[in-house]
Amino acid sequence: MIVAKRKPIDEIKEMLKPYQKILVLGCGSCVAICMAGGEKEAGLLATELAMAFELDKTPKQIDNLTILRQCDKEYIEEVKDKLKGYDAILSIACGVGVQYTAEALGGEKILLPGLNTTFLGATVEAGTWAERCRACGDCVLAEYGGVCPITMCSKSLMNGPCGGHEKGKCEVDRNRDCGWVLIYERLKKLNKLELLTAIHKPKNYGAVKRPDKIVHEAYQTPQITQIKEAK
Amino acid sequence: MEFEPKILAFCCQFCAYSAADLAGSMRLQYPPNVRIIRLLCTGKVDPLHLLKAFQEGWDGVFVAGCLEGECHFLQGNLHAKQWVNYVKKLLKEIKIEPERLEMFNMSAAMGTRFADTVREMTERVRKLGPSPLNSHRVTENTEK
Ligand code: SF4
Ligand code: SF4
Ligand code: FES
Repeated sequence: MIVAKRKPIDEIKEMLKPYQKILVLGCGSCVAICMAGGEKEAGLLATELAMAFELDKTPKQIDNLTILRQCDKEYIEEVKDKLKGYDAILSIACGVGVQYTAEALGGEKILLPGLNTTFLGATVEAGTWAERCRACGDCVLAEYGGVCPITMCSKSLMNGPCGGHEKGKCEVDRNRDCGWVLIYERLKKLNKLELLTAIHKPKNYGAVKRPDKIVHEAYQTPQITQIKEAK
Repeated sequence: MEFEPKILAFCCQFCAYSAADLAGSMRLQYPPNVRIIRLLCTGKVDPLHLLKAFQEGWDGVFVAGCLEGECHFLQGNLHAKQWVNYVKKLLKEIKIEPERLEMFNMSAAMGTRFADTVREMTERVRKLGPSPLNSHRVTENTEK
C-alpha cells in the first residue's frame, strides 16, 4: 500500500489561511490503513483545525467527508456536488488522490495536500509501516531471495554489501538493518547462497518512463468503441 | 469568583464507574465539577471523542480504566492510554495545554482513589484556568 503521514499542522494552517469554507477529504483505502488519511483521521484533522483557527480568532467552517478511493473517478463522481460548495478541499489521500480528485473535478477546485506521501510499504506491526518497494518497473526479487536490494540497502547496491555494516546494522543509519545482511540471511535460509556469486549488470533505471502509463492489453483494441457506434 | 472547571470523565463500567459509585456510598466528598460517561471498557474511547470534548468546551477531560493488566478486554486500557497520549500531542500542536487530558487506572474497590482523581484533575485544571477555547469564547460574548 501507499504509506503517508500527516503534514505539520502549521503548514496545513498556512495553506488554508485564504479560504473560509473548507472540506477535509479522506480516502478510505491505503492511507486509511496507515492511519493517516481515513475517516477517523479526517474527523480528527477537521476538529483540530476548527479549534486551531478558532483559537487564532479566525474561525472557519471545516467539514469532513471520506470516500473509498480518490484515485478512481467513480468514487469522486458520487460526491461531486457536495465538493462544489467548498472554497478549498484539503485532501488527505496520497499525492495521486490529491491530483486525481482535482482532475476529476475538471481542474476547477482548489485541492491542497494534507499528507506527505512517503513510500510503498507493509504493516509490520500495529501502527508501524515499513518501506519494501521503490516501484522500479523491473523487479529483480527472484535474484535476491525475495529481499529488494534497491529498497532495503541504503545505497541500493546490487552486487553485495559496501562493507560498512556492523552487527547487521547499516552504516548510513545504525538503527536500520543492513539490506545485504537481510539478503544473505534469507538466501541462507532458502539454501540458495549460490545466487550470491552472480554478477549483476547495472540496474536499468529507465524501465519506468516517468510519468508512466499502463494500458491493459484487453483494453488496447478499439472494439468497445465500435459496439458503442453500432448502437 | 473562583473559576470552576468543567471536567468530563470517560469511565470504564468495571472499575472507575463502580469506584465512583462506591465513593458515593462511602459518602466521600469530591468536587462536583465532573460529569461521567460510562463505557463498556476504556478501549472504546475514540480519539475523536476526546478532541470533540475540548471543542465542546470542557476544560479538562480524563479517561479512567482498570488497573494495567486487569482490563476485562485484556488491552483496552492500554489502547486508551496510547490514544490519550496521541490526543495530548494534537492538543499541544494547537497550543491547548496537554495536561488538561489524562489517563488514570483504578479498581472498582478504589472509591477513595476515584475521589482523589477528581480532586487532582479539578485542582490541576483550576490552576491552568479555563480552556483557551472557552476564555476566547467568553471574551467574545462580553465584547458583544
Ligand atoms: S488515492 Fe491514494 S491512498 Fe487513496 S486509494 Fe488511491 S492510491 Fe490509495
Ligand atoms: S526490485 Fe525492488 S523496487 Fe523493483 S519492483 Fe522489485 S521490490 Fe520493487
Ligand atoms: S474493562 Fe476496564 S478498562 Fe477495559
